[in-house]
Amino acid sequence: MTPVRGALLFLIGALLVAALRASAAEIPPEQRRSDYELMGPQTRAMQDDDTANPGMLGVLDGEALWNRRDGAANKSCADCHGDARAGMKGVAARYPAFSPVLGRPIDLEARINTCRTEQQRAAPLKFESKELLGLTAYLALQSRGMPIDVGKDERLTPFIAAGRDLFNQRQGQINLSCAQCHDDNWGQKLAGAPVPQGHPNGYPVYRLEWQSLGSLQRRLRNCVSGMRAEPYAYGAPENVDLELYLMWRAKGLKMEAPAVRP
Amino acid sequence: MTDQRANDSGTSRRDFLTATVTLAGGMALASVARPARATPDTMQAAIREVVGEAAIRKGKVKIDVPPLVENGNTVPITISVDSPMTAADHVKSIHLFNEKNPQPNVIGVHLGPRAGKAQFSTRIKLAAAQTIIAVAQLSDGSFWSDDADVIVTIAACVEDLQ
Amino acid sequence: MTARALINVPPKARRGEIVEIKTLIAHPMETGYRVGLGGELIPRDIITTFTCTYNGEEIFRADFARAIAANPFLSFFTTATATGTIAFQWSGDNGFSATEQAPITVE
Repeated sequence: MTPVRGALLFLIGALLVAALRASAAEIPPEQRRSDYELMGPQTRAMQDDDTANPGMLGVLDGEALWNRRDGAANKSCADCHGDARAGMKGVAARYPAFSPVLGRPIDLEARINTCRTEQQRAAPLKFESKELLGLTAYLALQSRGMPIDVGKDERLTPFIAAGRDLFNQRQGQINLSCAQCHDDNWGQKLAGAPVPQGHPNGYPVYRLEWQSLGSLQRRLRNCVSGMRAEPYAYGAPENVDLELYLMWRAKGLKMEAPAVRP
Repeated sequence: MTDQRANDSGTSRRDFLTATVTLAGGMALASVARPARATPDTMQAAIREVVGEAAIRKGKVKIDVPPLVENGNTVPITISVDSPMTAADHVKSIHLFNEKNPQPNVIGVHLGPRAGKAQFSTRIKLAAAQTIIAVAQLSDGSFWSDDADVIVTIAACVEDLQ
Repeated sequence: MTARALINVPPKARRGEIVEIKTLIAHPMETGYRVGLGGELIPRDIITTFTCTYNGEEIFRADFARAIAANPFLSFFTTATATGTIAFQWSGDNGFSATEQAPITVE
């Protein structure tokens, strides 16, 4: 890129960032694409090979947990749900879903813990624990290749709107919103790396930066603290609303979990 | 903000920016200690430890690594050596070195004629943009090498310690 | 609990065919340079050696340094000589030890 073109792009970028907008323009449906497409060939190869994808080690953990009897009820997930390959097919592609009990959306991690506490009568699994990541990876794998299908339930509409507001709101020391990077400037470079559209279709993700699997909430907290704003606690309604909005925004994109990301 | 160019001690603006960025980088990477880094000299010493006084010729070895890696924590790399891999003519070992990680050694693999192909792939950590060198020892005792320059970017948004 | 590992060995090969073996094992590969939440240095904890044998005979060995990424991946090649077992052994700091095996049928 020539210096002139670089300066021009910077100016355009600066103008975009400086413009006061109540709601940023969403990415047109035909331009939406998985963050996979912005990765280099080596990272893509890491994701594509199940025997080379480190996320698959978590899947093995999850498979073992699925079949392990636990809790005061001494039940395993398999005892109620059977073979995950059949029973859990497509489930992860539909979460977060509406929980009539809570009266609000519930994500996959919280849903698993509901089963743990109510059905297995076991202690809930901690966020980002090997066990919870393994189970979510194992379940998400059962939706691999299927299109994301979140948000059809009308009861979710106000929560999708709340998530969208969070996505568009400026926050933190640099007064930046998610939308300014991920809607307005995806594909441009930030510190040498391309800005992705930020779709959650690969979660839980093996992030090279973490050298481990991690959840979408971990990534969101990472982004928010990177923006020099205060991240929401794990399990906070803001995080779930954001997860819901992001999945709704990605609807139709194929699930890729466990994905590999830089 | 004072104009550092006007500084009497002669600190140039470039030095100030470099120092600030390094400090900011150090603060952002709060989870990484700052040990003494390897230098091209310690890398040469590590190579000599493997090779002894023998001459190292450039050639036969090929490092396949992305020139700009997406994350220095996990860099996929493939090293191959052009060799018939027969009992009479094969690769005995391949060693990989780096110049800017705290330690110069990365991996050493030991092969033999049963390998069929003198090639292996792994994933390595690179702390900064640097040169990496692969040295292969053949069955006739000769040493061959290849080097590659790698640019390492860090994640744009570094995480707080959990 | 033994560390999880994923092994890819072709189940069948022709005699003399060169086959690729891929291995992936769960391990934090803690370099010893990271600092924890309390400011303390997290001690080194890495895999140091990997060995592969084919019907008991060593065909590949690797010495890992701290610069190998977490959850070490290693792929290499061998010539399919006879039907049997390809065995893998990892060992490292803090008495870490893991073994895996895969069968291979050679026609």
